[in-house]
Parts: sequence; structure tokens; C-alpha cells
Amino acid sequence: MKICVLVKEVPDAAVEKRIDASTGRMDRKGEKNLNPFDTHAIEAAMQIKEGGVVEVEEVIAVTMGPDSAVRALHKAVSLGADRSVHLSDDSLAGSDVAATGYALAKTLEKESPDLVLLGQQSDDGECYTIGAVVADHLGMPSLTQVIKMDVEDGKLRCERQAEYGYDTVAVELPAVISVGDAINEPRYPSLKAIMGAKKKPLEAVSAGDAGIDAALVGAEGSSVDCGSFKAPPSKEAGQIIEDEDTDETVEKIVAWLDERKLLS
Amino acid sequence: MSDILVYVLHYEGTFNKNSLGAVTEGARLASEIDGECHAVVVGGDDLTDELCATIGGHGATKVFRATGPEGLAQPVVDVMAKVIGDNGHSYALFGGGLLGFEIGAGLAARLKAGVTMEVTAINVEDGKLVAERPILQDSSISESRYRSDVGVIIGRLNAFETKESGGGSATVETVDVEFSPFSEKATMVQRGEQRGEDVNIEDAPVLVAGGRGLGKAEGFELCEQLAGALGGAVAATRAVVDAGWYPYSTQIGQTGKTVAPKLYLAAGISGAIQHKVGMQASENIVAINKDSNAPIFEFSDLGIVGDLNKILPKLTDAVKAKKGG
Amino acid sequence: MSQSNGSRNGGVPAPSQYPPPVDALDEFVGPPTDAEDDRIEVGVAIVGGGQAGMACAIRLLQLLEDDPALAEQLGEVPVAVLEKGKVAGAHQMSGAVMNPAAIKQLFPDLGPDDWPNYGPVEAERVYFMLNKKRAIPLVPTPPPFRNHGNYVISVAELNRWLAEKAEEAGAYILSETVGAKLLVSDGVVRGVRSGDKGRDKQGEPLGNFEPGSDVLAKATVLSEGCWGHLTGAAIKEFELGSGDPQVWALGVKEVWEVEEPLEKIIHTLGWPLRPQAKYREFGGSWIYPMNREGEKPRVSIGYVVRLNYADVRISVHDILQQFKHHPLVEKILQGGKRVGWGAKAIPEGGYWAMPTLHAPGMVIAGDGAGMVNVPTLKGVHYAIKSGYLAAETLYRQLKAGSTDFSAYDDAVHDSSIGKDLYESRNMEQPFEKGLVVGGAIVNAMVVTKGRFPGGHWKTHRDSEGALLKTDRHLKYPKPDGKYTFDKLSSVFITGNETRDDAPNHIRIEKHVDRDVAEMWAWMCPAGVYELPEDAPEEGPVDLIVNYTNCVQCGAITAKGGRLTPPEGGDGPLYTNT
Repeated sequence: MKICVLVKEVPDAAVEKRIDASTGRMDRKGEKNLNPFDTHAIEAAMQIKEGGVVEVEEVIAVTMGPDSAVRALHKAVSLGADRSVHLSDDSLAGSDVAATGYALAKTLEKESPDLVLLGQQSDDGECYTIGAVVADHLGMPSLTQVIKMDVEDGKLRCERQAEYGYDTVAVELPAVISVGDAINEPRYPSLKAIMGAKKKPLEAVSAGDAGIDAALVGAEGSSVDCGSFKAPPSKEAGQIIEDEDTDETVEKIVAWLDERKLLS
Repeated sequence: MSDILVYVLHYEGTFNKNSLGAVTEGARLASEIDGECHAVVVGGDDLTDELCATIGGHGATKVFRATGPEGLAQPVVDVMAKVIGDNGHSYALFGGGLLGFEIGAGLAARLKAGVTMEVTAINVEDGKLVAERPILQDSSISESRYRSDVGVIIGRLNAFETKESGGGSATVETVDVEFSPFSEKATMVQRGEQRGEDVNIEDAPVLVAGGRGLGKAEGFELCEQLAGALGGAVAATRAVVDAGWYPYSTQIGQTGKTVAPKLYLAAGISGAIQHKVGMQASENIVAINKDSNAPIFEFSDLGIVGDLNKILPKLTDAVKAKKGG
Repeated sequence: MSQSNGSRNGGVPAPSQYPPPVDALDEFVGPPTDAEDDRIEVGVAIVGGGQAGMACAIRLLQLLEDDPALAEQLGEVPVAVLEKGKVAGAHQMSGAVMNPAAIKQLFPDLGPDDWPNYGPVEAERVYFMLNKKRAIPLVPTPPPFRNHGNYVISVAELNRWLAEKAEEAGAYILSETVGAKLLVSDGVVRGVRSGDKGRDKQGEPLGNFEPGSDVLAKATVLSEGCWGHLTGAAIKEFELGSGDPQVWALGVKEVWEVEEPLEKIIHTLGWPLRPQAKYREFGGSWIYPMNREGEKPRVSIGYVVRLNYADVRISVHDILQQFKHHPLVEKILQGGKRVGWGAKAIPEGGYWAMPTLHAPGMVIAGDGAGMVNVPTLKGVHYAIKSGYLAAETLYRQLKAGSTDFSAYDDAVHDSSIGKDLYESRNMEQPFEKGLVVGGAIVNAMVVTKGRFPGGHWKTHRDSEGALLKTDRHLKYPKPDGKYTFDKLSSVFITGNETRDDAPNHIRIEKHVDRDVAEMWAWMCPAGVYELPEDAPEEGPVDLIVNYTNCVQCGAITAKGGRLTPPEGGDGPLYTNT
């Protein structure tokens, strides 16, 4: 079995992010790190590989991003991936979710994976969507928010928490599975693995190499314009009640809740 | 003229509240862009004409119904792609919830459409829809405009208010769809299993959260009773989870969960920013704290300075009385 | 409730009466324990990726570039830097105004346009704050405060630049990696053991537990910064102490975006600190411009207080908030927005407290060795220089196959580091006599370049001074969240996101006298220590330790506890401090 794990570098969640006053765009300077949700995906791949139920020849980390994205790949490799693929091309800059998913799908096509894993969301806003886009292009079944996954005879048995409780779904391989953070506790890389990461094979792939149609990617190829930002509506100052007569206070609270239809 | 197609999730005879909220919103917007709001449902035999027609009560004029597996996204993508292809809808709209994301994203790929998620508001501009979504921990709003023929809008949980429009029954149209081969590769084995221990606070419309001000672990009993009366769940701050008063799965905040319920009632919580970032998007924030200087009063909608031990029990009784009566 | 020694005398027991539960030699020093195959071998292991560590790495690699024979001997990884922060620079915080000489020595071909800075100091002012309204400029600027030719920098930025240079030169920077234990066998330092990851609150291994590794090196450099974890243990193990204990100050800093660019560097003394000797309040503020083309003008503002202060209710963070209300400061900050905050201890024992800087197989560089010139507030360039000197000695000795690095100690003392520190060796201690008397004495020392009064003014442990209690806290402003801030929201903007089930990395006696607990609660800039809500007004209490707030400033080590490094990667993610 060949497993591809889609990883992404995202601005560190801990660093305060702001809109850059001069460009009106998100200030993307500052540390970038491997998206924490992707570490769960890598861990899931490693657990399948080490689980012994099915033979896994390779776990490959794949990312689309600028030069700095290699750090995410190094981290993925230090966590156990055997090699990595870096899709990088000027034409891809500014791609929206749909364009990114398309570009990744084309890159994955060349690898012909049996299983594609990724984190269900990322710290910079995207959630639950890339997997579905990639799967549609690859023509594979897809599921997100998966918090338990077992491999059984060429099929996956997945559990996920949906609107009405936990669903158990059987998925035939090849498939695209987006995992939630509850699925596992990612391992910490050993010092040896961290130091050896740079030596593992890393393949740089251009849009042309992957057969990506430039018209469908990048800022130009994206179908959504989300460049304008505004401040959220300012909240009216709240009301304060000093409790002196608790019965009276409670009456006021109930009236307030009722007014807002919170008691239906 | 632009029509809006809204996905409506069905489960055991009822339609999902967030889906109906999206229908309400779709109907409102459709009238402003000179179009109609339609709904699409996918399921089995229990999707009768009578049942589907009720969606009209929230403003849909037509309901497209297809037979297919429930609870899986890709078959719905096939259905919606066909309906939009045959009928020319300009927008696909989804209420909050997991399937909405999966279907919306798959549909965007299929139709080469633009997609925006976690949308909290939709406006009309020159006959077109502009979707708003919060970014940077809700400190800024990003606006999305669509260049594609179809725009996919996926709402944030509880973003759209569900309201009966007083409209009559919708017409129901059956759609025959040939599913993509890969849509049939996922099969539902068991749907909607309830698991006791794992409290899913992220979906609860009402949360009663307790902090250090409760004084002791037993203080959570007061929260549980009030939550029960309000029809919600109980959440906790990091400090009390650390102290072992309540489980980590209910922790809200920077290192816990992020929630946006319709009502967040904070009892004995100071409102330090590490907690605030986990709940600031709540629609209505009520705070009870005996310290009038507690930071939470700076961003609560209703603040009560007082003893929660006196207020919570009486409030629980009053809520029960109001609801019961 | 009185103690057997340390009487109340108005009067609170000194925190040193509650020694923290830790045995440094037992826990932090020992032989390698990994199986031979599992050990990692590097040429030189540098613990701490700050200015000293990076300078050492860079200089070593510069020397090795011209010496392939030695480079080969050092193996696949000739230079490894262990950095406990998430990235190099994450734990870096300082004022700062830096003397560019050391960077020039490290990179002779580069100039100030090549490394990140906010320009040379154009003008300067020192004020004596008489009270909350008035400030008296001290003209002419007293000699220690003269900064012509120096540059305003952010060490968080400079460090990131140095790290890039080090990596380009071939250093392996292992971030999120703690130097947890000093590996010693047969009286020689063999390397360090990295910290474990994945333990729970009780210290038990979690499912994803990853033990640390023995990193063996031919030479080990301890450049751990102001509260040097392994440095403290090494000093005990090899008896490197000078006889005078190290003492510290605590600095709390904010970075502000402002409307009008500040055009000069400012230092202040006086208010809000109290001059009387019994309070032992020594310190002052800095306000430095951070103006850079293409960026909004910013200001770095901080307050530093010596940690031997007496009043239980001293909180340096709150003193900074109070200080901001002085009209002189309001004029600079009004209309602005806070965009950064940080806290860090500064070693202030100077010359007398400096330990012997080497042991077989090991050297100590930078703040960890206390290389800070207190009167001039300089330490960054000494750190860089000491890293450079360490590299030179290591290079020569490794070539000779020796682990004797004593030449480094001599080199430091013969250099400007030794000379400057010697000259200012007695310039902090006199302030124990109060601001006025102390000021006069130090003035005389400055004028005579340290010769008069001479002698050896000993340092005393910060945790041993008897304490007293006043209503100092009533003067702290109530945080408004816009101009003045509380501790928790300050910790929040450092990007500190330590996992909640991490083990407690702070060694401290929790069952202590109420006043000692209160002292720690006020002292800590991150709000780590709290009294329980139902704590009695007098007598023993059980301290609450919210260790996940910790920004690893090091103050607790000075004032009665013992900080140890938490899991690698934890703590703040400073970017502009």
C-alpha cells in the first residue's frame, strides 16, 4: 500500500496575526510551522505502517507551497515519512481552496496512492474542504472528521462524529481521508530522526511537471475574490445588573432571554 | 434572475435546524436578487411528498428530492450537480454542520465554482451575493465575491436564524441521478450512534460554563441543572479542569475547544483572554460573577454582579417555569 | 507564627527558608545512559541558541571551513545547537541597545545594513523621575548611559538572523530541544542529554512518550541564558562558583506601535521605585525607538527592578503599567497600540559573581556566565564576543586533541568583557544603601573607573533578604485593556500555548508562609503563582502554581524556587521583543 499525506505549512497559531496596513492583506510574515492537524494524519499513516495488518511500502509527504514549505516536509519526514514531494510554482500563488485541491490532485495522480491522508483543518482558516476537492478530482471516495480508522481487506472502517452522533462508514480503497485531532496522539520525533530528515529524498515538482492547467490555479484561476477586509460590527455595550433582590434579578434575566428567543 | 439551491439534511423524519436556517436565509436573499429559493434533499422512502413539502414553510418554493444514501456527502454532490446543471442555480447554500462542508467543497470542485466556508452573513451587492466570514480569531471580516457561474456558500454553525416564513407547501420534484462510481464506494454501516461520555459541546445551542468562582467541584451541579432547563450542555474553564472539577472534553479556550452557541452563560468565570478566544463568537453572552471588575463584563451582553450560588438555582426554577407554562 | 531564624521583624520570612525540592547534582548531572548505538555523536554541542550560542556556532564553522581535516574529525554533525524554544529567537527578549563591535568581529565584511536593527542611537536622555508627574533630565548624560555609536535592536529579530547565518554555515539547529542533563564521566563533560517529550501532569509517560537522547560531543558550550539550567548544575558539580552568588533583576517589556516616532533613547531612574534603603528598590526604565523605513514607528519600553527588593507587593509588571501613566511616557505612547510583551531576568552580579568559565570538556558563555555590565545595561555584545572567543579556544584545543579549555577563561578576562566588568565590579551593590547614598558612591566609582571606592563589595542571594509588607499594590493601576494590561492578557500575546497536561517544570516549595506566597504571586510577571481563594490572612498556605503560564523569565530561580526547562517548544514565541 502506498500512503500519501498532504501537509501544509501555516503561520504559527501562537503568533498574533494582523492585516498588513500597507497591503490590506493578511500579514503572512513570521514563523510558519507544520499544520498541527497534519501531524495527526502522519501519525495515522505511521500507525497503519507499523500496525502490521497491511504492508505499506511508502509513506510520502506532499505539500504545495513556496520555498519555506520544505520545513513542513522535513518535519513530516522526521515523524516517519519516507520521502517528500514539494509542489511549488509561481503560477500557484494565490490559489483558493478549489484551485489548491485541483493542483494537489494532479500531483497525487502521478503517485497513484492507495490512501491519501490529511488533517481536517488548518490553523489559518481552511476546514473540512480540501479533502473533498481532492477526492472529487481523483474520483475517490472521501470522508472527513475521521477519528478512528481501521484497515481491513482493502477497505477502511472509519468512525466520525457527524450531526447526529457517531457514524461508522466503510470506505473502499483508494480513498481520501481527512482526520480529526481526536484520532491519535502524534508522536514526537526522536532527535535522530530530526537530524536525519534533511537526507531523505525530496522531489521538487513544478506545475508543468504535474500537468496542472495554469488557467485553473493561482490568483487568476481562483473563482473567489476574498481580498477585502472589514471590521466586525461593533458590539453594543452590554447591560449590567447588580443583584440585590435575587428574585427580581432572575425575572430580568428570564425576560432578557425570552426577548431573544433563547427559551424556546 | 438568480436562484439559490439549499441543501437540507434529513434525519429520522425531521429536517436539520441549521439546514432550515439556511432555507430561511436563502429565501430572504432570493427575493432580493429576484430569484427563487429551492431545496434539495437526498434520502430513502421516508422522504415523502408531504414531508418534503413542509420545507416550503421556511420559504423554499421547490424541493428537489433524490433517492440515495443518507449521511454521506458525495452522492449529494452528484445530485446537486445535476440539479444545478439542469436548472441553472447561481448559488448553492449550506447551513452549518459537517456534511455541508463536505458537499459544498466537492460541489465546488465538480462545478469549478468558488467556495467560502464559515460564513456568518450574506449581503446583496448589485444583484449578487457577497459572503462574509470572520478571520483572525473573529477580529476581522473577509468578504467573498464570486467570479464563477455558481457560488458555493457554507455557513458557520448557528449562523442563520431559522424562521417560518408562513409560506405554503413547496412543490416536490423527484430527480433521477446516476451516481459517480466513487460515490458508491463509501457505505454507511451505522449512523448517529450516541455516546454518553463524550460530550459534544461544539454543537450545543446553549452552554452553561463554570469557572473557579463556583468554589468547588460540586458547584457544577448548579450548572448542570441550569443547562438542563435551558436545553444545553455544560462547559468548563482550564482552571477548573486542571483542578479536576470537570472533564477536559468540556474545556473552552485557547487550549480547549472553540464554540459559538446561541447562548453562552458563564458562571464564576473571570473572562481572561485565554478563555475568551474560545467563546467570543457566541451570539449571546451572559455572565454571572461576584467581582464587578471581572474582565468578562467588558464583553458580555448581559452581566450580573452577584452570588451565583443564589442566582443559579432561582434562575433554573424560573426558566423551567417559563418554558413549562 | 515565627521561624527559628529569620524573624518577622516587621517582617516576613525570607523565601530561602523554603528551599525548593530539587537536587541539581542528582538530577541534572550524570554519565550517559543510552546504549552505544542509540547515542548521537556531534562535534561540538552548544546548549542554548541565543546570541552567545549562535556566535560560537558561526565562528566555529568559519574556522572549520578552512580546516577540512578537523571538520572531518568532528563528524557528520560538527556543530549542533540545542534550543529549547519553538524556533531560535522564541525566548529572546531584551531592551536593547547594542554595541556593534562584537558583530563586526564575527562578520568583518558586513555592516549594520546587513543585520536587523533600528538604526544608530541619534540622541539620548536620562531622567530622574521625581514623582508621578515630574521628571528631571540629568544633563550632561551620565557616562554609563552614553550610547553614541550603538544600535537599537530587537534580540528576537537579531537572533533569528544569526540562526539563519548559522544554518547557512552548516550548523544543525535543533529547536524544541532541551538540554536537560549534563553528561559527565571521569570528571569530563561528555555532552548533554536532551529532554523527554510526552509526559503527563504527574510526570508519567503518555502514549506518545519520546525519551531524550544522549548527545555526545567533544566539546560542550553552555550558553543557556540568564537562568542557566545546566550552568547552575555545572557550577555545583565542578565547583566553579566564585564565592559571590549570582543575583538578578527582572525586566518586563512592552513593544508599542506609536503615532509619532520617538527620536531618542531614554533611561529613567527614580519613581515609581522608592529610594529608601529598607526597600532595596534598585532599577529603572528604558524607552527606545524602533523606527524602520516602511514600517509603522514603534517603541520598546521596559522596567527593570533588582530582585533583592524587600516589599512583598512589588510586581515589576504592574510597576511598568504604573510607570506608563507618567506624563513623559503618556506623551510617547498615547494613541498607540501594544503589539508585544515579554519578561526576562537579567544577571546582575557582574564581575564578582562570574563563575570560572570552564571545566574539562565544557565552557560557559554569555548571560549564563553573568556577562552583563549593569551600569551601562550591556550584555548582548558580550554574549556574542564570548561565543566568538569560546569558538577560538575550542578550535585550537580540539585540534590539539585536548579538553582543557582554560584558555577561554583567560581570553574572556583579557578582553573587553573582562575589563568592562572589572571596572564596574562594585557599581551595583552600593545601591543596597539606598538610591541617594548608593548613587553618590557609584558616581565616584564611575568617575574613577572603578578604582574608588575599591574593594570587594560582596553580592548576597536575592532569596535571603528579609521581606516586609506595605500597601504598594494599591498604587498599581487597574488594567483597562487598552493602555494598561493585566498579566494574563500579556502572557497571551507572547504566543504561549503550553499544553495543559504538561508536567510541572517549576520546583518550588508549595506549603509556605502566606506572605512568601504573596510575594511570589506579585513577583511573577506571568501570573504563575496564586493564593487559593480561601487562604488565611496569616500562617501557612498551599501555593497554586499555574505553570502553563510560565514564560521562563527565570525570576523564580532568583527568589526561592528553581526553574527547570519544560518540554522543548513550550513557552513564549517572542517575535519583536
